Amino acid sequence: MADRGITGRVAVVGAGCTRFGERRDAGADDLLIAAANEAAASAGIDLADVDAFWLGTFGSGHAGTALSKPLKLDNKPVTRVENFCATGSDAFRNACYAVAAGAYDVVMAIGVEKVMDSGQAGIPFFEFFDDGTAVPHTPPGTFGYLATGYAQRHGVADADLRAAMTHVAWKNHRNGALNPRAYFQREIPKEVIDRQPLLAGKLSLLDCGGLADGAAAVVITRAEDARRYTGKPVLVKALALAAGPGTGAMDPGHDFSSFPEAVAAARSAYAQAGIHDPRAELSFAEVHDCFTITEIVLMEDLGFSVRGTAWKDMVGGVFDRDGALPVNPDGGLKAFGHPLGASGIRMIFESWLQLRGEAGERQIDNGRTLALTQNIGGDPGECVCLITILEGPSR
Amino acid sequence: MAGIMAYGGYLPAHRIRRSRIGEALGTRPGAGTRTVASYDEDTTTMGAEAARVALHGLPGPEEVRGLFFATSDPVYLDRSNAAAVHAVLSLDPSVPAVDMCGAVRSGVGALRAGLHAGAPTLVVLSDIRAGLPGGADERDGGDGAAALVVGTDGEVVAEWIGDAARTEEFLSRWREPGERHSRHWEDRFVEEVHVPAGRLVLEEALKSAGLTAADVDHLVVAGASRRIAAAVRAAAGVDEHAAADDLLDSVGETGTAHLALRLAAILDRAGPDEVIALVVLTEGADALLFRTTGLLAGRRSAWPTAAQIEHSSDDLSYATYVSWRGFLPREPMRRPLPPQLAAPATRRIGAWKLGLVGSRCLACDTRHLPPQRVCGACRALDQMRPDPVAGLPATVSIATVDRLAWSPNPPLIYGTVDFDGGGRLQCEFTDTGPDGARTGLRVRMAVRRTHSRDGVHNYYWKARPERGEQY
Repeated sequence: MADRGITGRVAVVGAGCTRFGERRDAGADDLLIAAANEAAASAGIDLADVDAFWLGTFGSGHAGTALSKPLKLDNKPVTRVENFCATGSDAFRNACYAVAAGAYDVVMAIGVEKVMDSGQAGIPFFEFFDDGTAVPHTPPGTFGYLATGYAQRHGVADADLRAAMTHVAWKNHRNGALNPRAYFQREIPKEVIDRQPLLAGKLSLLDCGGLADGAAAVVITRAEDARRYTGKPVLVKALALAAGPGTGAMDPGHDFSSFPEAVAAARSAYAQAGIHDPRAELSFAEVHDCFTITEIVLMEDLGFSVRGTAWKDMVGGVFDRDGALPVNPDGGLKAFGHPLGASGIRMIFESWLQLRGEAGERQIDNGRTLALTQNIGGDPGECVCLITILEGPSR
Repeated sequence: MAGIMAYGGYLPAHRIRRSRIGEALGTRPGAGTRTVASYDEDTTTMGAEAARVALHGLPGPEEVRGLFFATSDPVYLDRSNAAAVHAVLSLDPSVPAVDMCGAVRSGVGALRAGLHAGAPTLVVLSDIRAGLPGGADERDGGDGAAALVVGTDGEVVAEWIGDAARTEEFLSRWREPGERHSRHWEDRFVEEVHVPAGRLVLEEALKSAGLTAADVDHLVVAGASRRIAAAVRAAAGVDEHAAADDLLDSVGETGTAHLALRLAAILDRAGPDEVIALVVLTEGADALLFRTTGLLAGRRSAWPTAAQIEHSSDDLSYATYVSWRGFLPREPMRRPLPPQLAAPATRRIGAWKLGLVGSRCLACDTRHLPPQRVCGACRALDQMRPDPVAGLPATVSIATVDRLAWSPNPPLIYGTVDFDGGGRLQCEFTDTGPDGARTGLRVRMAVRRTHSRDGVHNYYWKARPERGEQY
């Protein structure tokens, strides 16, 4: 089975990202226009110079025209991509492949979501004709399985798990407080996080990433052409996507303490990038903290922590911005906000800033040049996972 | 020999104390409790549950060659409710399923029709009695279902030995289609008609069987107040000790289902060669006589109604009760309704959706819920056999109380259950509160109404805590 990857063949040469949040002022079109033009300007090009586009959106538009119409693109190729919460990163992945294949010189991957107009809590857009056998569960409910499953498998006491989950929320809000584009730009004391009423399972509202409106975009070229656009290109070292068989909720052997899809994607990504000890080799990681417990479980699935110990590492500050391996230095889904189709590209945007030394107050300076971004799309037991590994210039 | 081959009753897990009705409305507090169908139950789901219990008493459900479903509170008009019960039971498509809905007399009528059918017939009687707040039906009524398999093949637990009927067109209770509650004429007038009619049919039935009032070991008078029932018994000369528990203190009068629920309660404990007289008072009267056989002791219901009452809660609040019956509309959740049903998609998955028939891999013996074409364990394609799991116990592996999810009765409680013998299903939990759903809880599967949209009621299976089942 081939899994060759395209290590070192393409580079990110420009990036843009809107402010995330309850953007009552902006529709999806406005967000796309802002992110696309910021990314193009960052690469020093005109949108007319872009050969092809990949648009990631979970439900805020259909078809390539969702992008070509607001931008008034003149018959350019535009592909609309959807892969749940890995939508944006999969748009990026496919755009990278097109450049690596030699089909285009300059492409853009752009993600957008406009969710806050619905007037209802949770993710809108679910409306299919169906057979009436689906449990109307919510993401907090099914991701809540993780907290129960993780505690059951590793014998973690409620109070200990609560402390670790609280630390994730506290850390990511603390990071988001330094991010002018984040939805929530304030710290939240641990005592406040600890005493929230439960929303689903062991999760409270402050264990949930904040759904948000927003858009993010990047410009991609062949690696050898990158320096025409920027002196500090960011190389794509790995692109790994795993779609699981979806048997977690029908297999009594599945204990909801791990994402097998993330383990598989990480194995592929590390092989492509030549990484052997991610905790030591990565400068930082942007992971899919849709819920606090998700981030804890991912620390083990991605090989950052030994099984059963991520909750201790978390509380011990290993993943703080000044820790051994900073995770979600931009605030993550938790504080930056989660416009589903944009989140994957937002992570690449943050990596672009950090690896180039442009992250301002939240800049990480540990001398390492590799970054990992990761998204989960779907529910525990039935999901996709997408991982990218990026390399910045030595600084 | 015609008679009853198997039987079963179903009573909801919830009861309300009549004192709470009085406290809430400032009316005279009643004594005892009444059963209350949960927010996700209706006459179809309760009837299906009773039928599942009854079929446990048969060597195989393939013996059933017909299904009659009777209720005064049908979920649908124009569309068959019996067909849904048929689907839940996974009966053969060649078995006709017929509704007898509307009048309370449909219940005893379905039983008569089954006894005359000439082949084993499943008679399902189910009712919800929801009168207006403060009324007699609210106080004295009850919700429940019972099912009898009746036939002529000689393998009966109670032989049908006599009957009589009388039809009297008169005004006692009535309800127009679409109305939520019935109206009544005064009880004393009803008594003037019912007592002589009941006495007459009982005497005629006993005569047809060559028996006298002294031979009656158990007397059921259904469709009547306690006073009228006592008057019928006295008028017919049946001994007071033969008056079986009328279930009015614990369950209430369950309309169409009541005669069969009471019969089931008698069969749960009667000895051989005992005579049971059923008198049903409606627009006229019916009397049916049965004599228990030696087979009864070995074929009693695997889920006695007494156990169901014991394993139920009488702690329901009046506000919850009237909410469940639709008399207290609640603010809907700020969440999208579940999607519309597509008829073709629903039909395609029918054996799973209503019958809970999963699949088991012929190559590696892995069970799949819902059924899959590709094996999740060995990846074999289309090597599956049907694997019904509705009757199997299971254990909760993960439970979540979700206060964000849409539910007609929030919070939505769901998770995964692992079946004895393999297989896991993600499903809703019911008949349990936020504190009751936990890993390790032993559960049974129950078919419930999950939601309604555009006049279509969606039925699917949920897990509920065990309630004293003996199977």
